[in-house]
Amino acid sequence: MTRIGVVIFPGSNGDGDALHAIELTGAEAVPLWHESASLDGVAAVILPGGFAYGDYLRAGVIARFSPVMRAVAALAAEGGLVLGICNGFQVLAEAGLVPGALLRNRALRFLGRDVLVAPERLDTPFTRALAGRAPLRLPIAHGEGCYYADEATLDRLERDGQVLFRYVDPDGGRAAPGDERANPNGSLRAIAGVLNAAGNVAGLMPHPERAAESVLGYDDGLAIIRSLVEAAAEREKTGAPLLVGMPG
Amino acid sequence: MSASFRFAVNVTPKAGILDPQGRAVEQSLPHLGVSGVSAIRVGRRVELTVEAANAAAARTVVERLAAELLSNPLIEAFQVEPLGAASSVVAEVVR
Repeated sequence: MTRIGVVIFPGSNGDGDALHAIELTGAEAVPLWHESASLDGVAAVILPGGFAYGDYLRAGVIARFSPVMRAVAALAAEGGLVLGICNGFQVLAEAGLVPGALLRNRALRFLGRDVLVAPERLDTPFTRALAGRAPLRLPIAHGEGCYYADEATLDRLERDGQVLFRYVDPDGGRAAPGDERANPNGSLRAIAGVLNAAGNVAGLMPHPERAAESVLGYDDGLAIIRSLVEAAAEREKTGAPLLVGMPG
Repeated sequence: MSASFRFAVNVTPKAGILDPQGRAVEQSLPHLGVSGVSAIRVGRRVELTVEAANAAAARTVVERLAAELLSNPLIEAFQVEPLGAASSVVAEVVR
């Protein structure tokens, strides 16, 4: 059985849901303590949401220096799959494992609500099990989710297919600049999720693991978790680094 | 021989980076009846004491901390401000 790890930092609060969502896909969910320098041989890692180390100084920055993150960086460097969700995305950005930074929401408020996001690509380890490009309804819960990178970096991310998800309006069109309903945190170019250059590390602001079971009202997010599990299982079988090419 | 040196690191949003906190502060000014104040940027100030052989060595440590931990170079600029030799000041006060 494929084993997927979930890192638990002091202040994580999405770890339980992430572990549960992994189990819903039939994989084995493995909790990984932040002080552990080993990943216990897992095939992929999720950095969950929450407020790691109280989000002191800047969201995600203290967590970046924890022992487990050295192991996560090593896994990422050899092509292993890493998904950072919400606070986990902030940790990955602070660690430089995905491009950009997450700024304070434009309206300064903490936002806990549903958003619509659409995948830019279906050929990644994080989106391969999605049925299509139809928008997914997922919850957000963050104070610092405004995606930022400089213009040159944004152009490069778009050119190289590193934009994974965007906030979209109810028609499925990319959220227009200033559309606070569709893109409530004010992310540049409506970016809700990004990939690293190699395509094996992803950061995502909304919470797929909190929308993974129809008994909770919606399960749009489960396909994202399932994508990760499938891709990790495949990588385990072939032993090949799972690197994504340029978009076709 | 080492001594203690006190520094402050001032971290501010880089020019051009949206600063919603600064904007919120600016928007409160009319309530105070203040006009003619603009370009408010809100950052943070970190003060720290460093044990080192001399001021230059201490500053090197502070510069590294400022670049790698206290600021995010993508979005923030920092400025290191020496606040003097902490231990000698304390020693003089004690004597």
